Amino acid sequence: MNALAARRRHPAAIALLLLLGLILTGVAYSALAPKQADAASTAASSVEDGKKLFLANCATCHGLQAQGTKAAPSLAGVGAAAVDFQMGTGRMPMAAPNIQAPRADEVRFTQEQISSVAAYIASLAPGPAVPEAEYTTGQGGDVALGAELFRVNCAMCHNFAGSGGALTRGKYAPSLRDVEGKHIYEAMVSGPQSMPVFSDDNISPDAKNDIVAYLHEVDKQENVGGMALGNLGPVSEGLFVWIFGLGIMVGFAVWLGKKAA
Amino acid sequence: MSTDRTVSGADPIGRLRKDDAEPEAPTNPGLKAVGGVAGWLDDRTGAAKPVGYLMKKVFPDHWSFMLGEVAMYSMIICLLSGTFLTFWFVPSAGQVVYDGSYLPLRGITMSEAFRSTVDISFDIRGGLLIRQIHHWAALMFIVALSVHMLRVFFTGAFRKPREINWVIGTILSMLALIEGFAGYSLPDDLLSGTGLRAAEGFMRSVPVLGSYLSFALFDGPFPGEAIIPRLFSIHVLLLPAILVGLFTAHIGLVFVHKHTQFPGPGRTNDNVVGFPVMPVYAAKAGGFFFIVFGVISLISGLVTINPIWAYGPYDPSPVTAGSQPDWYMGFADGALRLLPGWLEFTAFGFTFSFNVMIGAILLIPAMYGLMGAYPFLEKWVTGDNREHHLLDRPRNNPTRTGLGVAALTWYGILLFASGNDLMAIKLHLSINDLTNIFRLGIFVFPPLAFWVTKRICLSLQRKDRDLVLHGRETGRIVRTADGKFFEQHEPLDEFTRWNLVQHDRHDVLTLEAGTDQHGVVSPTARKEKARSALSRFYFTDSINPVTPGELAAAHHDGQGHEAIEAAPSSESRPALESSRREPPKRP
Repeated sequence: MNALAARRRHPAAIALLLLLGLILTGVAYSALAPKQADAASTAASSVEDGKKLFLANCATCHGLQAQGTKAAPSLAGVGAAAVDFQMGTGRMPMAAPNIQAPRADEVRFTQEQISSVAAYIASLAPGPAVPEAEYTTGQGGDVALGAELFRVNCAMCHNFAGSGGALTRGKYAPSLRDVEGKHIYEAMVSGPQSMPVFSDDNISPDAKNDIVAYLHEVDKQENVGGMALGNLGPVSEGLFVWIFGLGIMVGFAVWLGKKAA
Repeated sequence: MSTDRTVSGADPIGRLRKDDAEPEAPTNPGLKAVGGVAGWLDDRTGAAKPVGYLMKKVFPDHWSFMLGEVAMYSMIICLLSGTFLTFWFVPSAGQVVYDGSYLPLRGITMSEAFRSTVDISFDIRGGLLIRQIHHWAALMFIVALSVHMLRVFFTGAFRKPREINWVIGTILSMLALIEGFAGYSLPDDLLSGTGLRAAEGFMRSVPVLGSYLSFALFDGPFPGEAIIPRLFSIHVLLLPAILVGLFTAHIGLVFVHKHTQFPGPGRTNDNVVGFPVMPVYAAKAGGFFFIVFGVISLISGLVTINPIWAYGPYDPSPVTAGSQPDWYMGFADGALRLLPGWLEFTAFGFTFSFNVMIGAILLIPAMYGLMGAYPFLEKWVTGDNREHHLLDRPRNNPTRTGLGVAALTWYGILLFASGNDLMAIKLHLSINDLTNIFRLGIFVFPPLAFWVTKRICLSLQRKDRDLVLHGRETGRIVRTADGKFFEQHEPLDEFTRWNLVQHDRHDVLTLEAGTDQHGVVSPTARKEKARSALSRFYFTDSINPVTPGELAAAHHDGQGHEAIEAAPSSESRPALESSRREPPKRP
């Protein structure tokens, strides 16, 4: 103990203590953090199973008959596409009341369970169905046409590169990076949250496939010009030139000013 | 001819006195050759005298004096890279179908301007790098000139005899914005087209004349085919010529006035302490050019700017989220975002869009007008007609510094307001709340910034006074024989002290009686009243530098603090004494 006490004023002591504290906090958190209860798995996708899952996970806000409450809208007629989109991207069930359901990294249900809930909701009233796979992979789509359709219909909210943008009162159009083609398609037909519906009369299934192809192309594209700065336009460029451009120049100016002739 | 025997005329080999040794002829053959060429040139152009004058000019050393250099070099880089771009850029709105190497645009109809810019980016060797150098250098140019302007403002370098150069600088700065905006609009991508659409709207917001202005510039309704070639001429011909001309005048006046310097031992209003252009500054400044070019090239090689291929060609129907101008136009865009909608109203059958016009049309000339007028306003208030070649430390003019920071705060709020949508999405805030906070802030924060800055300056001045009068606290506690403790203070050496006492004192102008002895009201009474009120605003709580008398009293008094603090500045000296005092010689 004496040896330890003698080193307590060592310069590295404070860094070590901080590190130790951080590790302890992390370990303690991982031991105590609330864990997701494993939902019982169901065998077949059926309306009956879907209803059970609905009552257990969704009815608090959407009501026992999915009729909607003050906290959440009615789900009659939203269709299987809406359920598949909202649950498949982790937006539903919502983790906390919020101005808008955020996309979550962790999807809490298996695709089978999601399909069951979707089947149950679809059984309440007709709505858009989950799209067929041939229109959602982007394969064979015309990237250039998709890009043009994207600019005309989507860029005003989602930004030219799908980086997302702000809407009123804290709502926002989310980033479209690394979103599955199926979910992009479903968002277009179901119009989640503030998004308008783009029905097949507005944009045909083939054109939707072109848009998916374009977004997948953006995901794959390497940044030919170097770092993209978030693809947010001139604001991030201005911030960069003020902080790094000016910072480097002033650094060199100070260095040169100090250099004796 | 002349009876005056000038030194050089007296002796062909340049001896000052008869018994001086002959100057050694250069033995190095290379040097001889250079001398020969120089002599040949001088015989034909007479350039030796002016060039010699320029080469012997002395410049003082300080990092902040190089900010203007950064701006100058960035402008030169823009000129060089821009020339390269004109070899391939086609300033035409003619419609073509793209079939170049960038797949996501193949088969899309676009203007020739956009196609040539995409070609420069993807099919011309080194084209994308040069394009990015051009754009980053343009941003850097305006950043550097803005910061250079702040340095000149806060150190009072705009005072006589440099007022004209300050005005030239403000015009340069304003033209740089317009030049930048013209360049931003040329590639005809979605973002620049949106910017032009906005500019067209701004013109239309001018009451009565708006639609005529817009039709004149666009040669018909928006977008038309005329705007791109016209902007091209403005961007590569008209504005660069004016910029280079004004810039030459700007730097010529620096040579005429000599460079200002920070105060210090050995530095007076009549000298410049530093190094001559040849060889020291030529090497330093020349090297700095390559540093600036290198840094800009490095940034351009690593960081994308304006990825026009991602924006796609312009088409009046789409618009993208995050449509902002380049940063230097951000303050005007921010003003547009903050101005409330009720400023648009209908009267006499006309729509008046003051919600647009104030921010888009009136703001820029008003701001630059105020900036250009400031030196004359300050001169009127102080009545100071002397030449100033020594810079102010910002703390020694608290009101000016406060006004500057208030203006900067105001500008900063407008600039940040133009990014309100990105702040909202990145910080998870409501755009409406942000806008309202900025609306409130534009009135609240500038006065607050003024007050805080002024108080900080005054406190720093008090600290300087204290340091001069009582010296540095050494931390050595001494116990006297009779048991008293005191801390030893170490007086400053005279070189350090000089920096803290050399500045002018500021006195409030006293108002002369508004009427003469016959009771006749003076014709200038009103003006003088305003002037004296402003003078009070500037200088009423100014803290004056320590006088030699105060210093002597403090030294005589030893450790007693109170007596000095309480002593009124009864031994006041004439206002201009400080400028007549001799600074200590350089160490």
